[in-house]
Amino acid sequence: MTLRALQLALFVIALGLALPAQAAEIVIWHAWRDVEETSLKEVAAEWSKRTGHTVIVNATPYDAYNKKVEAAIPQNNGPDLLIAPHDKLGKWTTMGLVTPVGIPMTGHLPSTISALEYEGTAWGLPLAYKSVMLFYDPEKISTPPTTTDELLSMARKHTGDGSYGLVYEASTAYSHAAWMHGFGASPYDADGSVHLDSDAHVASLRFAHQLTVVDRVVPKRTSYSLMTALYNDGKAAFVISGPWFVGGLERPIAAAPLPTVSSTGLPAQPFLGVDGVFLANHANEPEVAKEFMAFLAGPQGARIRQETGKQAVSWAAITSQDPILTALASQAQTAIAMPADPNVNMVFEAQNWALRRVNRGLISPEAGGAEAQAYYNNITRPPPEPANPVPYIILALFTLLGGAAFSFYPMLDPYERKRVWDHRWDYAWVLPSAFAMVLLVVVPFMTGAAVSLFAHDAGEYTFVGFKNFFDILLSRDWPITSPMSFYYTLVVTVLWTFTNLILHVGIGVALALILREPWIRMRGMWRALLIIPWAVPNYITALIWKGMFNAQYGAVNALLGVFAGANVEIDWFGQFATSFCANLITNTWLGFPFMMVVTLGALQSIPRELEEAAEVDGASYFFRFRHVVWPLLKPALLPAIILGSVWTFNMFNIIYLVSAGEPDGGTEILISEAYKWAFQRNNRYGYAAAYAVLIFFVLLAYSRGANRLVGKAVI
Amino acid sequence: MATHLFLLVFTMATLYPVLWVIKMALTDASGFSADPWPFPDPANMTLDNFKEVMGLGDPKTSNLLFFRQLGNSLIVSLATAAVGLALSTIAAYALSRWDFPGKDRSMSAFLVTQMFPGVVMLIPLYILLSKLGMLNQLGGLVLVYATTSVPFSVWTLKGYFDTIPRELEEAALLDGCTRMQTFFWVILPLARPALAVTGLFSFMTAWNEFILAATLMTNEQSYTLPVVLQSYVGDFDAAWGHFAAGAILVSLPVMLLFFLLQKQLVEGLTAGGVKG
Repeated sequence: MTLRALQLALFVIALGLALPAQAAEIVIWHAWRDVEETSLKEVAAEWSKRTGHTVIVNATPYDAYNKKVEAAIPQNNGPDLLIAPHDKLGKWTTMGLVTPVGIPMTGHLPSTISALEYEGTAWGLPLAYKSVMLFYDPEKISTPPTTTDELLSMARKHTGDGSYGLVYEASTAYSHAAWMHGFGASPYDADGSVHLDSDAHVASLRFAHQLTVVDRVVPKRTSYSLMTALYNDGKAAFVISGPWFVGGLERPIAAAPLPTVSSTGLPAQPFLGVDGVFLANHANEPEVAKEFMAFLAGPQGARIRQETGKQAVSWAAITSQDPILTALASQAQTAIAMPADPNVNMVFEAQNWALRRVNRGLISPEAGGAEAQAYYNNITRPPPEPANPVPYIILALFTLLGGAAFSFYPMLDPYERKRVWDHRWDYAWVLPSAFAMVLLVVVPFMTGAAVSLFAHDAGEYTFVGFKNFFDILLSRDWPITSPMSFYYTLVVTVLWTFTNLILHVGIGVALALILREPWIRMRGMWRALLIIPWAVPNYITALIWKGMFNAQYGAVNALLGVFAGANVEIDWFGQFATSFCANLITNTWLGFPFMMVVTLGALQSIPRELEEAAEVDGASYFFRFRHVVWPLLKPALLPAIILGSVWTFNMFNIIYLVSAGEPDGGTEILISEAYKWAFQRNNRYGYAAAYAVLIFFVLLAYSRGANRLVGKAVI
Repeated sequence: MATHLFLLVFTMATLYPVLWVIKMALTDASGFSADPWPFPDPANMTLDNFKEVMGLGDPKTSNLLFFRQLGNSLIVSLATAAVGLALSTIAAYALSRWDFPGKDRSMSAFLVTQMFPGVVMLIPLYILLSKLGMLNQLGGLVLVYATTSVPFSVWTLKGYFDTIPRELEEAALLDGCTRMQTFFWVILPLARPALAVTGLFSFMTAWNEFILAATLMTNEQSYTLPVVLQSYVGDFDAAWGHFAAGAILVSLPVMLLFFLLQKQLVEGLTAGGVKG
């Protein structure tokens, strides 16, 4: 090859390498939906057209977003850019997920700029802001109230007959924040410590109590769907919600800033949430990404986001004629930026706990303040002292050695060795699945289980030995009777598993016995229809049943009302018994077809002659079942029952989606409690892993016990 | 007669939530309503929800993303069923037929994995797949799902193999078949009901899963349908109409499979149960 050809080749290669640098591809992740998502794609397309770069816009369901971001970026699989509310900053900057960009934020509203400053550094660029405000039905209210006293008296006038004067999520800390600030309270003191039981806090709780329990102008349990439905039916005079509320409405609505709290003279200041765009750590194309950031946040991007996405954009020069956005803009003047502190979720979790109990009339506002503080102290207890790992390593080594010695002890016997050798090809048949199981199930579980020896805080793990287990098993943070204690949850879990199995097996066997009778017409059709619940994915089932159990708009109450001939308003998730029943009904609906099919199959192998003989002898139906069918059925059903109980014990989806642990975590089962510790209470992975290990041991003990009871190895 | 009446009432109660979903899917309302009647008002019926979910609504935003995601779901689920069956049939056959040392322990080891709580496995699994370079690839999902379905499949299949008389294989072996040939040409055809059941189970494992799929897949092009469905019901707004329409579209293929495999379902599960 001549030198010239070589040069040419190098040039071509260089050109090939240079091309991607000219037209870069950047990836942006977000959890926006609907029109906001459309507008983001529009901005991306517009920018691509101007610069020739490509933007890949990826939506992630809101529930999975944080988990995904926190898993992907440390592993170098993250995007270039992230869109997220600013209150994530505390956590994400500590974890090193985002980096400062150094683009000046001039041109944006001052409140949105300060929201994106965390610990003295400016992160990312603001895009849009959101806060709750006071919506009102213009057909009922002519001028919005300016003080809470006015609001209260207007609300009282419009309450009754299934209508409510004021509809808002009274039992969430996020909605309550406006009153909290209005009564002069704040979760954080000047030095950053958290106090939730001051007089001002109690005063705000008393106001919530007044609305929900004393005057009953606010419905007890509210969700977004319920608020929309009430408003559409003309049954809500005032609504406190954010701009997202308007999307689902079929009737006109008006908005105004929240009123001033009469007793303090302070405005009710809601939290301001600012969506920002942030540069991810390990971004592939940071420079190009920054250009897109500036475009997205700047005037051109803001214009599109406002027009298509209906966003309240942070770019100051762009104002809106839209009455809702105008009201939002004036509300934003007084709103207080949501704290970005990493433990702000713990504050919310503690306040939610107290609010739910106060608003159900279970405890006084004073007790609510005290309980919120106690709850906060418990869930934020500093991690246990680091432990010396050496004894644990020695212990682990000994356990391993012991296990290995136990497993291979028979191999000392030459006869046994010969047997293994003779069967060497048998092992090859089991090997692929065993290998897959070890790699993808056992290794992840062991890794996860090993985490139980650590305490996790914002991406850092400290070795603490068995202290997580001691904390849980000695119930150090809660009395044993509290729903937060391991033992309470264990009892609920056992009750849950047991009642489910009784119902699944009872209904399944009963239906199978009926469907086997030859005189039943159209057996195939009945069987096909009764299997349907099994074929529907269980998260769909769970969400549908949750909707059906809604107090005001649920089909269950409506149906009960038809039979009772009166208006039934059972607050299903308001007390333990009904909430547990709601979970139970949902899971029974889901679970009986499996048992029915297993029974149908087992019945096929039971000869009818036996029964007929018993019938000739004059045995009654129940006698025949008890003494002829059941003894033959039992051995066939037992394995299914034991396996079913293991599945039910860990049935996360139903609990998480239907009752979500309501009331006050009472209906939580062990697995959903572990999930909460892992993902909703400041990622205490170590603590959650300890829960998981305990679940495993409980089940292991159960299955050993069941085997002994049955008299053979089922599991 | 009373029994028929009981069946009718019970079946209606069972189907009530299903009818409710159909009603929501066919109505253009944004949420639940207090009307207990589970049938849609014929005057207000619309297919808009279905059109919008499938991305065929507004021509400006119409795209084929839904069909791409449906394709992902189908590919992943079918591949899961295939891989799951391949792994579990051979293991189950060995466990059923040959008395090798450690057999009982491996059988119980398979089932012990059913007791692992999935909560703690998400992050280690993510890191593992990332190290293997299988993130954001349908293949990675298939492997994970197939492995998850192995214990139940081995359990069912082993029970079924136990009921097939050994004489059949002995005859085949005498005729000069190898163990492989016997397995493929004698045993597998006889185990068809159990294969159908386990295949259906593996298929459903993959078809219904959304937590792993949402976390392991990084872009919309590679999402499976449950992930999309989940995104319709968020914290602040719930597009119940879309959710219901999507739920129907997602459930239909599985229901179809259930109806087609009904007979096998009953037979395949039984035999597994009888012998344990």
